[in-house]
Amino acid sequence: MTARAQQSDLEMRLAEFGRRHPGIDPKDLVDVVEAIMTSADGDLSSVNLKLYAEIEQLAIYIQRAREEIASLRPDEITAEHLPVAGEELEAVIGATENATNTIMESVETIENLTDQMPREVSETVVDAVTQVYEACGFQDITGQRIKKVVTTLTQIEEKVHALLGAFGQDSQIDAARAKAEKPKTDAPLSDADLMNGPQAAEAAISQDDIDALLASFD
Amino acid sequence: MSAVDMNMPILIVDDYKTMLRIIRNLLKQLGFDNVDEATDGSMALQKLRDKSYSLVISDWNMEPMSGLQLLKEVRADGQLSNLPFVMITAESKTENVVAAKQAGVTNYIVKPFNAATLKTKLSAVIGHF
Repeated sequence: MTARAQQSDLEMRLAEFGRRHPGIDPKDLVDVVEAIMTSADGDLSSVNLKLYAEIEQLAIYIQRAREEIASLRPDEITAEHLPVAGEELEAVIGATENATNTIMESVETIENLTDQMPREVSETVVDAVTQVYEACGFQDITGQRIKKVVTTLTQIEEKVHALLGAFGQDSQIDAARAKAEKPKTDAPLSDADLMNGPQAAEAAISQDDIDALLASFD
Repeated sequence: MSAVDMNMPILIVDDYKTMLRIIRNLLKQLGFDNVDEATDGSMALQKLRDKSYSLVISDWNMEPMSGLQLLKEVRADGQLSNLPFVMITAESKTENVVAAKQAGVTNYIVKPFNAATLKTKLSAVIGHF
């Protein structure tokens, strides 16, 4: 409500008060109200009243948010969904590693038989075996990529914990904030900063680029 | 005739045993049979101090000691500082290559790699074979 509307509303109320209580002069009432407001010395100023209203709205908003978060069952997300997803991905790593080792053993067996093969056949088989060895490197690459995803899931889990803490314990908020904040400095990248695992194709540089980069130091 | 000693002791370092196996097999195909293994930087450093090697081929991303840290330890060690050190890693960002070069890496191979690339890079490090 604007100040002008408030003024108009107040005047109407005073006029109505005067009609209902003809024995009381509305001016006396105004004097009493002004005296009360003055004695409150600003405690009930319009600014403070507005602030109290805003805080009340904020409290209502927080309460609603708490109820909505509770309905999402974040405890299930942190206790069940994320750990299960992480375990599944770890299982993928284990399964591909086992499969790769089985392939390697089989191919090694074949390679060991090349001595008994005619030279031309042997060379062809060795070439094929070499390609299998090269291809088996996929397990290392996919394993590292999956580990990155597991790490991301763990970070999400921590964020959810922090969110829960924000509606409960201040210490949890501080811990989450401290973990999230990384100081920005001009210091050289640390070993940990540099260990990012396999890059997405658009972010990686090729072997040729690497060779050129190395050569640029000479 | 190759001037390279095909019986040179080589240390390969990777935390993925499958990758150790792949590198060992590829080295064997290239004619190098005298190969030892380590599964992280600290184990590799101990082996390097216990036995004389002619070449180290190391992954980067390992715990507790990474390949980069191993490289720095090697370069800082008076007995090992000139040892050829080849990094084979999936770390393929420019800053990784720069950091490795600044730490003294001899050559850098990005995963996935093939036998031909391995041979080319090793030839650049130890001579043609």
